[in-house]
Amino acid sequence: MPGLEDLYREIILDHYRNPRNRGELAVPPAHRVEGFNPLCGDEIVVYLEVEDGAVTNVRIGGQGCSISQSSASMMTSAVKGRTVEEVRDLTRAFKAMMSIHETSLGGDDDVADEVPEVEVDLGDLEALRGVVKFPVRIKCATLSWNTLTQALDEAIADHS
Amino acid sequence: MALSLHDDLDTAAVRADFPVLAQPTRSGGPLVFLDSAASSQKPRQVLDAMTTFYETEFANVHRGVYGLAEMATARLEAARAAVARFIGAASAEEIIFTKNATEALNLVARSWGAANLGPDDAVVLSHLEHHANIVPWFQLQAERGFEIRWIPVGADGLLDLSTLDELLDGAKLLSVTAMSNVTGALPPIRQLTDAAHAAGALVCLDACQYVPHLACDLEALDVDFAAFSGHKMCGPTGIGVLWSRAELLDAMPPFLGGGGMILDVRLDGFTPDVAPAKFEAGTPPIAEAVGLHAAIDYLNAIGMERVRAHEVHLTEYTLRVLDERLGDRLTVHGPPEATERGGVFSLDLHGVHAHDVSQVLDEDGVCIRPGHHCAKPLMRVLGVNATARASVYIYNDESDVDALAASLERAADFFAF
Repeated sequence: MPGLEDLYREIILDHYRNPRNRGELAVPPAHRVEGFNPLCGDEIVVYLEVEDGAVTNVRIGGQGCSISQSSASMMTSAVKGRTVEEVRDLTRAFKAMMSIHETSLGGDDDVADEVPEVEVDLGDLEALRGVVKFPVRIKCATLSWNTLTQALDEAIADHS
Repeated sequence: MALSLHDDLDTAAVRADFPVLAQPTRSGGPLVFLDSAASSQKPRQVLDAMTTFYETEFANVHRGVYGLAEMATARLEAARAAVARFIGAASAEEIIFTKNATEALNLVARSWGAANLGPDDAVVLSHLEHHANIVPWFQLQAERGFEIRWIPVGADGLLDLSTLDELLDGAKLLSVTAMSNVTGALPPIRQLTDAAHAAGALVCLDACQYVPHLACDLEALDVDFAAFSGHKMCGPTGIGVLWSRAELLDAMPPFLGGGGMILDVRLDGFTPDVAPAKFEAGTPPIAEAVGLHAAIDYLNAIGMERVRAHEVHLTEYTLRVLDERLGDRLTVHGPPEATERGGVFSLDLHGVHAHDVSQVLDEDGVCIRPGHHCAKPLMRVLGVNATARASVYIYNDESDVDALAASLERAADFFAF
């Protein structure tokens, strides 16, 4: 059975205790999107500024558990200053890491190893890999990313 | 609420009846099951009754003239009668089997509500309600345009009844929980019923958390509808109950249409059967009814007064031990007096999210539930997004509470910064 240390890596707890890029941005120019985890009631607010095809600023509001909050915090650090395409690649790579295959459910195998390699450096986000061993917590980790994707779509639709 | 019994429940004997409690947890330790408010575990007597029924007496009910069909029908109707006796209903015909309490409440909204509520009417709910007693009324409101009013919750976690008469003025229905699934708060049902009836409103009771834990006497409560689920009272999933008075049921249109609920079907329409068949379209949960009957027999053998006395004792113990060991690191939402609440504890371990609390507890084999508990309006009143909810039942004892407290201490230390 995976232990707490598989889930709560030190870097995760650090981002939980000292969240980066928390707060709000003026709307407009920022886009504000709310995300909900209907299972637990967690709410997240993503403020996103996109300029010339790149994320110029991002802030996070709302409440959630250590996994959702640290995932959001790491996400802001990872996407700030990146191009929209880079952010989309990163999102795909992160969600691939968070996906579990049906055949591995219930097994003791290292589920994460079965996720196909993606050519994106996840950096600190790698620390969240252990979350897939706790399937009910995956939605906590992906909440901010799904909300970011929605904000990104809205920002791009707005610009075009 | 006066108590006639001290806690003399033999929990060791009860625990021996529940096979799952002997299962090791993922971490290998003993199972500390504190999630009965979500669903209770099942005693061997219930499991055996269902297996025996499937192995020796199963067929579809009604109409079949062969021996098995007669036997299965008799078992279903015996279960209906047992439910009626258990809650103090006037007759078995007043017991409608549904899928669960949620479907029972939807039945009240879609049948009685659709036939009786219009733009000039009002339905009164409370801030304590489960989504199952909120959303059906919003859904119907969108079609019928009536007003929904809310009885607020006071700082003591109980309903604030100071404006009750105004809220009930002109209302046609008061639909309230008999026990909060979040805080265990026990509203004063008879007081609410008297006030509602004086104002000309009917009363619908969400008795989901009440019937499994307290002796239920519908006559004494004087309500008009009551809904509850089998799976929270040692019975199986897939069966719930709606009770109402025969004269109300007679006047209500059917809910779901299909086989079993008609007297006649022609090319130009249909004629519904009488209650309870009128409200039981399709093959009913037959084996589940047999299981629910066995669960009622099991609870009756213990005695519901003894169940309540045990839970009051365990509630007092829980509130005391959590206060002693966690102190101001922990908030326990809800009424502070054990006699004003059931054994449901919504916990806020300061600085640690309910999800994280539950994760640490899981490693210690302690099963609780994080989240909003399908009561988001109440969560907003409490000013929280989520709580970690522990709940006790007949198979829990002081050692379970001690394990909970120890694991909460570990969670507080793990996340301390």
